[in-house]
Amino acid sequence: MGIQDRLIEDVGLREGVKRLTEDKIEQVVQAVLKGETGARLAAYNEICMRCGLCSEACHFYLSHDGDPSYSPVGKVQQTMAVLLKKKGRVSPDFIYGMAQIAYTECNLCRRCVHFCPVGIDTGYIMSTVRRICHKLGVTPQYIQDTAHSHSATFNQMWVKDDEWIDTLQWQEDEARDEFPSLRIPLDKEGADIYYSVIAPEPKFRTQLIYQAAAIFTAAGVDWTMPSEPGWDNSDMCMFTGDFEMMGRLKRRHFESAQKLKVKRIVMGECGHAFRSVYDMGNRWVAWKMYPVPVIHSIEFFWELMKQGKIKLAKKYPGPVTVHDPCNVVRGRGHHEKLRELVRFLIDGDIVEMASNREHAICCTAGGGVINCGPPFKNVRLAGSKAKAEELKATGVKTIVAPCHNCHGGLEDTVHRYKLGMDIKFLGDIIYECMEKPS
Amino acid sequence: MHEIYNLVTGPLAWLAWGIFIVGSIYRLAIMYILAKKKDGPSLAYMSWGFSLRSIINWLIPFNALGWRRNPVMTVATFAFHICLVLAPIFLLAHVALWDQFFGVEYPVFRENVTDIMSMIVVAGGLVFAGRRLFQKEVRYVTTCQDWLILVIAVLPFLTGILAYHQIFNYQTMVILHILTGEIMLAAIPFTRLSHMLFAVFTRAYMGSEFGGVRRVKDW
Ligand code: SF4
Ligand code: SF4
Repeated sequence: MGIQDRLIEDVGLREGVKRLTEDKIEQVVQAVLKGETGARLAAYNEICMRCGLCSEACHFYLSHDGDPSYSPVGKVQQTMAVLLKKKGRVSPDFIYGMAQIAYTECNLCRRCVHFCPVGIDTGYIMSTVRRICHKLGVTPQYIQDTAHSHSATFNQMWVKDDEWIDTLQWQEDEARDEFPSLRIPLDKEGADIYYSVIAPEPKFRTQLIYQAAAIFTAAGVDWTMPSEPGWDNSDMCMFTGDFEMMGRLKRRHFESAQKLKVKRIVMGECGHAFRSVYDMGNRWVAWKMYPVPVIHSIEFFWELMKQGKIKLAKKYPGPVTVHDPCNVVRGRGHHEKLRELVRFLIDGDIVEMASNREHAICCTAGGGVINCGPPFKNVRLAGSKAKAEELKATGVKTIVAPCHNCHGGLEDTVHRYKLGMDIKFLGDIIYECMEKPS
Repeated sequence: MHEIYNLVTGPLAWLAWGIFIVGSIYRLAIMYILAKKKDGPSLAYMSWGFSLRSIINWLIPFNALGWRRNPVMTVATFAFHICLVLAPIFLLAHVALWDQFFGVEYPVFRENVTDIMSMIVVAGGLVFAGRRLFQKEVRYVTTCQDWLILVIAVLPFLTGILAYHQIFNYQTMVILHILTGEIMLAAIPFTRLSHMLFAVFTRAYMGSEFGGVRRVKDW
């Protein structure tokens, strides 16, 4: 029982630890502990009562038949607790296991906070472990690739500047068959909203941009997208622990919106990007309030619906279940708006999963875990057994999940556990059901 | 015997209280300075309202998800802590001592009440110990410190019960009782018992983050 019994080969981790010595590790760990952490970590470490109450919060623990090494406190015990006790003097092999736990066995979903009487944030502790791993150069290869892409291109998929514009124009072209007046306005100064997406949208989910354009057009929204870097709101660097790059990404995102003097930023249906704005990136660049108001598309769609700007031609056949993405629900309290919106759109009931709203079980993809790629896919799917059971128990055919990461994770889960369910973005449903001109 | 009694009720008592009070203030002050220096981005979001909201909600048994999922632990935790704090404060013999040394007087619980409360503390300790031994997710993470504080917390009550019921040698038990009580006091600032000092702040902080930034509840 423990991480050393389940190590997985990953070239990024392997090559990373090869370059380490105990001296180097000690030095880096001390630098992070002394330079970046403070009373929060000290207090958490000291007052965790090792009561194990947090265990039942974690889907990894639940999905592994109560294996204690997957419980939140069990993961802390195998990582940060050791670093603190040994003052950072640990072996490279230890770092390998520690990185595997922090990057691939914790989604930073913070469900455990709801179970801990003294208020310990295991997600924060795991983020700090990742930060140390990043500084040691020990990160899983796949997620590091996307982080590199951010550093080089300011988007996570290495979409080149001309490809970005091309893609938008291509979608505009496509959509004009259906909506002759549709435009994807680039760099429109003073627009009401600046729409930002994550790089996988132009890369391989272009239909989502199409749908958003269709919805905004039908609703008569005054919107724009930027032609220059800054358009990608995603933030894998936050998850690898590359906080310097995380800060640069946030700055770029906001600066590109400020340059266009827009009133608000609307972020697409992605959760982690939202977290990086409200929780992590903004703090790193020392903004208590961000320079341009930001809302998630759940909120924006909800507004459009409330204001009667979206007319429905039909309702989507229910019943459905709603998956609450941790970063927009546990992270931003959008659960009720999400449900109101869904009720508006569907014909039938919402069948709730056993854990829902701010207590929802994570999709097991978030926190950068899915981005760690194929080597860890089986572990991730083993970890989503608890979620699969809750999904199955609803007995419905459709899952509404307004987050890209959750989509990826839930698709794999549905497939692995043979649940036979469809997974829908809000945009999918609105687009399908709205009145279209013609 | 008499000299030892004088020692534990005299100089050692002063020492224990001194360590407890000065140590607690010291630890809280150092932690606060550290928070000011290093946790600015977190402190910025602290809010009284959300702090209290969180603390109050966690003080209601079976309210938080963590409590609801572990009924035995919930009952044990609440009973243990309430009795551990209240029994010593309102114990007749203790109040008599306050009166004798400082002329301070206040109402007391009946003796059989404090007796039962002490037994509850010991029973709670047994539940905790049982979990540490037999529940695998707890056993996996248990360290020596966890056992140490459990023993430190339970011993004053155990010896108190034995002394009150005059089991074994009364004199010895009383001395042991006072001594273990003093050890507990002195250990509070410097062991995991310090959750007594810090839990309120970690809870408050989590409540502030969840209420103010994340706009959800944290229980
Ligand atoms: S995956 Fe979620 S519940 Fe589990 S330890 Fe990480 S933050 Fe806590
Ligand atoms: S519930 Fe909190 S105090 Fe208990 S073991 Fe988990 S993190 Fe530690």
